[in-house]
Amino acid sequence: MGEIISLCDLKKGQKAVIAGVDVGGEMGRRIRDMGLTPGVEVSCVGRAPLQDPVALRFMGFTLTLRNREAGFVRVRAS
Amino acid sequence: MTAPAQQGAQGGHMLIAIAGNPNSGKTTAFNRYTGARQHVGNYPGVTVEKKSGTAHLDGRDIILMDLPGMYSMSAYSPEETAARQALAEERPGAIIDVVNAGVLERNLYLTVQFLEMGLPVVMCLNMMDEARAQGLSINVPLLEELTGAKAVPAVARSGEGLEETLRAAVELAETSGGRIPPLEISYGPDLDAALAEMEPVIREAGLFAGTYPPRWVAMKFLECDRDMLRAAQDAAPEVAARLQATADKTSDHLRSTAGVDAEAVAADYRYGWIRSILRQGVRTEDEQKKRIDFSDKIDLVLTHRIAGPLVLLAVLYGMYFLTIEVGAYPLDLVTGAFDRLQAAADDLMPAGPLKSLVISGIIAGVGGVLGFVPLIMIMFMLIAVLEDFGYMARAAYMMDRIFRIFGLHGASIMPFIVAGGIAGGCAVPGVMATRTLRSPRERLATMLTLPFMTCGAKIPVFLLFINAFFDENKTLAMFLFTLAGWGVAMLAALFMRSTIIRGDAAPFVMELPPYRWPTAAGVLIHTWERAWQYVKKAGTVILAISILIWAGMTYPGLSETEEAAYETQKSALEARLTALPQDDAAKAAGYPDLFQHDPAASTVAKDGKASAPGSTAPEDKAAPGSAAPADKAAPADGTGDAEETPRERIEQQLAALENARAAESLRDSYAGRLGTALEGITAPAGFDWRVNIALIGGIAAKEVVISTLGTAYSLGEVDAENASGLEQYIQADKSWTKPKVMAFLLFTLLYSPCFVTLTVIKQESGSWRWFFFSLFFNLALAYGVAVAAYQFLGGLL
Repeated sequence: MGEIISLCDLKKGQKAVIAGVDVGGEMGRRIRDMGLTPGVEVSCVGRAPLQDPVALRFMGFTLTLRNREAGFVRVRAS
Repeated sequence: MTAPAQQGAQGGHMLIAIAGNPNSGKTTAFNRYTGARQHVGNYPGVTVEKKSGTAHLDGRDIILMDLPGMYSMSAYSPEETAARQALAEERPGAIIDVVNAGVLERNLYLTVQFLEMGLPVVMCLNMMDEARAQGLSINVPLLEELTGAKAVPAVARSGEGLEETLRAAVELAETSGGRIPPLEISYGPDLDAALAEMEPVIREAGLFAGTYPPRWVAMKFLECDRDMLRAAQDAAPEVAARLQATADKTSDHLRSTAGVDAEAVAADYRYGWIRSILRQGVRTEDEQKKRIDFSDKIDLVLTHRIAGPLVLLAVLYGMYFLTIEVGAYPLDLVTGAFDRLQAAADDLMPAGPLKSLVISGIIAGVGGVLGFVPLIMIMFMLIAVLEDFGYMARAAYMMDRIFRIFGLHGASIMPFIVAGGIAGGCAVPGVMATRTLRSPRERLATMLTLPFMTCGAKIPVFLLFINAFFDENKTLAMFLFTLAGWGVAMLAALFMRSTIIRGDAAPFVMELPPYRWPTAAGVLIHTWERAWQYVKKAGTVILAISILIWAGMTYPGLSETEEAAYETQKSALEARLTALPQDDAAKAAGYPDLFQHDPAASTVAKDGKASAPGSTAPEDKAAPGSAAPADKAAPADGTGDAEETPRERIEQQLAALENARAAESLRDSYAGRLGTALEGITAPAGFDWRVNIALIGGIAAKEVVISTLGTAYSLGEVDAENASGLEQYIQADKSWTKPKVMAFLLFTLLYSPCFVTLTVIKQESGSWRWFFFSLFFNLALAYGVAVAAYQFLGGLL
C-alpha cells in the first residue's frame, strides 16, 4: 500500500483510499455527509483552471472541494 | 415542538412528503406529480422555499410537500433545519424518498436517517435508465428486505414508476399512521453502550415521545446536534443535563482512545452499514458495460484549463445578449402597451391631479415593474437551462478561486453578470439569481454588491455624458466605468465579509452532476414561479413607492398666482394660434410628465422635445412672471428651420412655456425643495439642485435620471435613448466641468439601488435591515467617491 498523503496533494488521475477526516464541526460533517469516510476509494478527476478547487470521483459521482477542505482528508495513495 | 396535528392529513387530504438529495431528480418527480398545481411559499423565518402541490391518485387528492434537496438530516444548513422541522410539525403520512439509483450509496445515507427517525419511507429508485446504461443492476426485493422500506424502480423524466411509488406511499401512510418502528444500526461498542444507557432515560422521561424515537434522540446528543440539544433543554432541563453528561463522557473517551469525534464515528458506521447491505448483492456492476462517461468527455473541454474559461465567457456573453438584446423586444411590447394606456388615460381623463396620479404615478410605476418581467422570464429560463444541464456547477467550480479572494463564492458569478457585469444587465434578476448560492453569508454579500454593476438603466446616463465630454475614447470610457463597477463591488464585498457579514467561508463541497438535458416542463415551471413571485411581491410595494415619489415631485406645485401668470401667457398664445387662418391642427401642448419611468416612448407632451436648447436659459429659473419664456422663445426660433410657419412658431412657444412651467413646478415640489436643501451637502461633489433632484428621482428607477434632468433644465420630455438636446445643452453649460461630470457619473454608478432592486433585496434577504443598509451604505459610498473625484480632479485641472 502507498504512503499516507493529504487528499489535496492527489495528482490528476491518481487513485487513493480515504484513511481519515481530521476536522470536526460543520466542515467535517459536510465532508463526511458526502461520503468521504474511511475505506472509500477516490480518484482525482482534475482541477479548476486556477488549480483550486479539486474534483474527485467516488461512489459513482463527482465532488468538488477547495484545497483547504481537501487538506483535512488523509488518503493512502495507490 | 408543537403538538402533532392530524397525522399525515391536511384539510382531510393525505399529506405525503417528497425528499431526496440535490440532483436526484426530486424536483422532476414533484413536477410530474403536481403539474401546475403548486404553491410556493417560504418556511417560516428562513428564505428556504416551501413548495407543496396536489397530486391525483385513484380519484383522490393527495397533498405533496416538497422538502428542500439535502444530503443529510444533520440540520447544519437552513434547508436541513427547515426540512426536519416540517417533518416534525406537519407530520406527513409517509415520505417518498427520491434516490438516484446510480449513486445509491450516498443517496441511501439520507434514507437511513429517515428510517432511524421511524418515518415511513418509500424509495423511488430514480434514473433507473441511466443506471442500467452504466451496467448497474439493483436487486430491489433484497434492498427492501435489508432496509425494511419499500422501493420502486422509476424514471421520473418519463413518469415511469411514479404512480406506483405514490400508491405505495399512500398505502404505507394508511397502515403505519405516520410512524414505523425505527431502524437500529450498530454504531460500534462505545456508542452502542452510551445509547443503551441513554435510551431508557429518554423513554421514561417521555422526551419527544411520539415525535422522535428515544434512540435517535440519544444519538443527537452524541452528535452534538445544536437544535435538538436546545429543544431538549427547553422541554426537560434535568433530563437533558443527565443525557449530556453521558454524551460528554462517551465523547471524551472516544477522543482520548480513538482520537475521533462521536459524529465522525456515527457517519462512518452509517456509511459502513449502507456498504454492507450493498455488498450483500443489492447492487451488481457489469464490468463489461463499464460506462464510457459522456460527462467526462464534455468536461475535458468545458472545464479545461484554457478552453474552460473561454467557453464560460462565451456562455455569459450569450446569456447577457439573449436577456438584454432579445428581451428588448417583449420589453418594448410591454412598455408600448403602457404608453398606449397612458395615452388613453390622457385622452379620457380630465386634466387635474387625479390624471397626473394615474398617468405619472400609477401607470408609469406599475409599467416600470412589469417592464422587467420579460427580462426576468428570459433570464430565469436561461439560468434554469444552465442549472438543469449541470453547467452552473462547472461555472462555480472554475470561478471559485477568484471570488473567494473577496469573500464570495464561485456561484456568485452568475448573479454579477446578470446584474450588469457585462454592461447592460439588471440588478433585479441579479438579486433573484443569488438563490443558486447555498451559503447564506456569501449570498448576502453577493446580493448587496451586485447593484454596483453598470445596469441597463445607468447606461443612457453614461452614454450621454461620455458622448458630450469624452470625445477621444468613448468605448474605453464606457469600459472603464464597467470595470470601476466590478472593482467597487469586489472591494465592498471584501469589506462586508470582514465586517458586518463576517464569518468563515462556507465549505465549498459541491457536487458536479452529470450533464443532462433539461426538460421543458421543469424549465417552464421554474421560470413561471419566479416571474409570478416577482410580479406579486415587487408589484405591490413598487406601486406604493411610485405614488409616493410622484407626489413628492408634483406637490405642492405652483402657487395660484404663479399658475395664473402661466395661464395668462398660455391663453394669449392660444388666442394667437386660433387667430391663424387654418385652425384645424391647433392643439395645445400637453402637460409634461414630471415622473416618467420610460420617457423614451411617452406619447404625452412629445411636442416639448421640439424646443431648441437655450430657449429658456437656466438663469431664468426664478419668478415665472419675469421669465416670460414665451417671448424669449421667439428669437430662438431663428435657429430652427427657415421654413417655419407662424403656426409652428407659436406651437413651439407654447411648448417652451409648458416646459418652463414644469421646471418651475418641479423646483417648487417637495423633491425640488429637498434637492435645493441638499445643495449644501452635495456642493463638495459639485452637484446643484437639478442634479440632486434627478438623482433623487433615480432612486425610483435609474431611467428617471435623464428625464428629470431634462425637466429641470426646462427641456420638456427628454428621450433617454435619444437625448441629443440635453447633451448639447449640458455640453454648452459651463457649470458642467470634467470633475463634475466624473463625480456625477461615479455617483450614478454607485449610489442607492433603484427601488425595485431594494424591494427584491428585502424579499430575498428576508429583512428590512438589508433594504436600508443597501440604500444608505451605497449612498454614503457614492457620496464619498464623488466628493473625492470632484475635489481631486478639480485640484488637478
